[in-house]
Amino acid sequence: MLLLALVLLPALGALGAYLHRAEARRTAWLVAVAAIHLALVTLVWTTPPPAVFSGWIAVDALGLIVLTLTSLLFFVAAIYTVGYLRRESPRGGRAFVSCVLAFLASVSLVALSHHFAVLWIALEASTLAVAPLIFHRRDRRSLEAVWKYLVISSVAIALALLGTFFLSTAQANSAGTPLLLEDLVADAARLHPAWLKAAFILLLVGYGTKMGLAPMHTWKPDTYGEAPSVVGALMAGALTSAAFLGLARINEVTTAAGISAFTRPLLLFFGLFSIVVAAAFVIGQTDVKRLLAYSSVEHMGLLAVGLGLGGVGAYGATLHIVTNGLTKGLLFLVLGNVILVAGTTQAGAMHGLAKRLPISGGLLLLGLFAVTGSPPSGVFISEFAILRAAFAEGHVWVGVVLLILLVVIFLGLATTILKIVHGTPERREPRESGWLVLGPIGLAAGVILLGIYIPAPLQSALRQAAAALGGVAP
Amino acid sequence: MPAADLLLVLVVLADFMVLGTSRLTTCIRAIALQGLMLGALPIALTQHWSLHIVGLAVGSTVVKSLVLPWFLRRAIREAAVRREVEPSIGFTLSLVLGIAAVAIAFGVSQRLPLPAGVSELLVPVALATVIMGFLTLTTRSKAVTQVVGYLMLENGIYLFGLTSTDRVPFLVEIGVLLDVFVAVFIMGIVVFHINREFDSLSSIRLTELRD
Repeated sequence: MLLLALVLLPALGALGAYLHRAEARRTAWLVAVAAIHLALVTLVWTTPPPAVFSGWIAVDALGLIVLTLTSLLFFVAAIYTVGYLRRESPRGGRAFVSCVLAFLASVSLVALSHHFAVLWIALEASTLAVAPLIFHRRDRRSLEAVWKYLVISSVAIALALLGTFFLSTAQANSAGTPLLLEDLVADAARLHPAWLKAAFILLLVGYGTKMGLAPMHTWKPDTYGEAPSVVGALMAGALTSAAFLGLARINEVTTAAGISAFTRPLLLFFGLFSIVVAAAFVIGQTDVKRLLAYSSVEHMGLLAVGLGLGGVGAYGATLHIVTNGLTKGLLFLVLGNVILVAGTTQAGAMHGLAKRLPISGGLLLLGLFAVTGSPPSGVFISEFAILRAAFAEGHVWVGVVLLILLVVIFLGLATTILKIVHGTPERREPRESGWLVLGPIGLAAGVILLGIYIPAPLQSALRQAAAALGGVAP
Repeated sequence: MPAADLLLVLVVLADFMVLGTSRLTTCIRAIALQGLMLGALPIALTQHWSLHIVGLAVGSTVVKSLVLPWFLRRAIREAAVRREVEPSIGFTLSLVLGIAAVAIAFGVSQRLPLPAGVSELLVPVALATVIMGFLTLTTRSKAVTQVVGYLMLENGIYLFGLTSTDRVPFLVEIGVLLDVFVAVFIMGIVVFHINREFDSLSSIRLTELRD
């Protein structure tokens, strides 16, 4: 029941938001639904509920990690939205709140689905829920962004469906329920390898596109560049993690089936290529949101590399879902504050942030060091685990290339962001609204905390998730 | 099952019709005809009748050969376009690539063991339709033709899904959810006037955002 509530609550909330005419009541509704959702997720941690619908909807360590991250980010984003809608009232505010809630419902379903068809449906729903949010400003540029996003995502999601069909064909000789994760893993030895490999490639391309792995990342800079910052935070933090979960699920099956020798090089290739592309486009990027988009391409690449390395890499990737999600949320929201006062996304017009908006300026600096994996942030721990796996699993060149690329990306991000933080502003802004900084402060605290100490329940969930992906904890 | 094989050959012919024509109305007519074949196929392929099969046949006929083509016709009427003017590859080359797609599809299918009791043509035709749909989607510049390409891609996936209707019920049906995207695209063309906003229906002109 609890598991169903996690999906139904935001789904009904989306309908309910449409009934509220006054904007203040709508945002209060949004925050209330987000808070209840977070409370329900906490309940799942303390008392794991039983699976429903004959195991199709269930909770396991990996799903719970993505679910918790999503719920947490969403709660922060909901609080931020209160302040955001006061500053910049969008046209169609009703649709905004409804679509965000529909997004939460679909991503929660992704995290809880243990059936590949349900997973696919939930990811398609998330694409459809996000599209109106990107087209939020209703101008030519956002129309272009949403059109590009929909065309690329819809082809990706179609290929993923074909991959899902292939997976069910691979299962033709086994006895279990078709496409149920547990049965696929349990009876993995009897899956047909050729069909399974074909399914893996299609799902890698399909869900990889939704993650934004290069070379299928082309929608990302445009979409993140045009979407409101709060939507960017949810997409870069939660939606890409959900898409990665799709990839991790098929990886659980391929690991159990013993075809890692085929799948791991593919994951490594797409992962490293993404980081190369990110490094190339981060240098000299002047639009801060596009900068973040390429940073997101980088971190999705790191997730794929971690999965592709196996061993400690799988643990690193699992932890990286959390640390990257929190950091991306922090950066998008803080830069959202900057964009609200600067009125542009161009870095050149933002200088002197430390004096202009002292809190956001400090948070941005902190976010910069976190996102580039500097200690003591949580990203450092997860990136370090992935790097360690590269050397431990005998891929020394992967480790070396990774190190070089991470330094290049650090330099690229630091040049642009330090320019924003330093300098003397033309004018000072009034005191920063609590709604707009409280959430980012919480996220920053979380990122630092994970760098120093990983709470015991999370640590045991990470261990279980890494084990399911064929890896080990350090 | 000669009836099923005949239908499958007609499906491939419809693919080639889309690849080889510059007239948008012909494109739409071809995809509507393909929808008709796809609607008839579950019945032609099945050995034992069931309500599920009949429902699938009726449902896909209505959606694929009536509703979506009707929407598409409306879209080109609203946007007042008739022809595909500037495909990035020529129509003759498209046809040649289409033939290559069929060859590849047959080659790949030889290597993959077929589920028992399925027409030998089904998997190759499904893959060929997927590839040709992808080709249309990527090489045509009009939004309407791209939507037709997407429909072909989706039809190919539907065909593949027909291999497992008996074993995995309702798997094919979730493919219908892809039609939601098609509907959104057509709505995008009609409601948001992508033609007006960008001077024409050409999505090539959607190139303001770049690095």
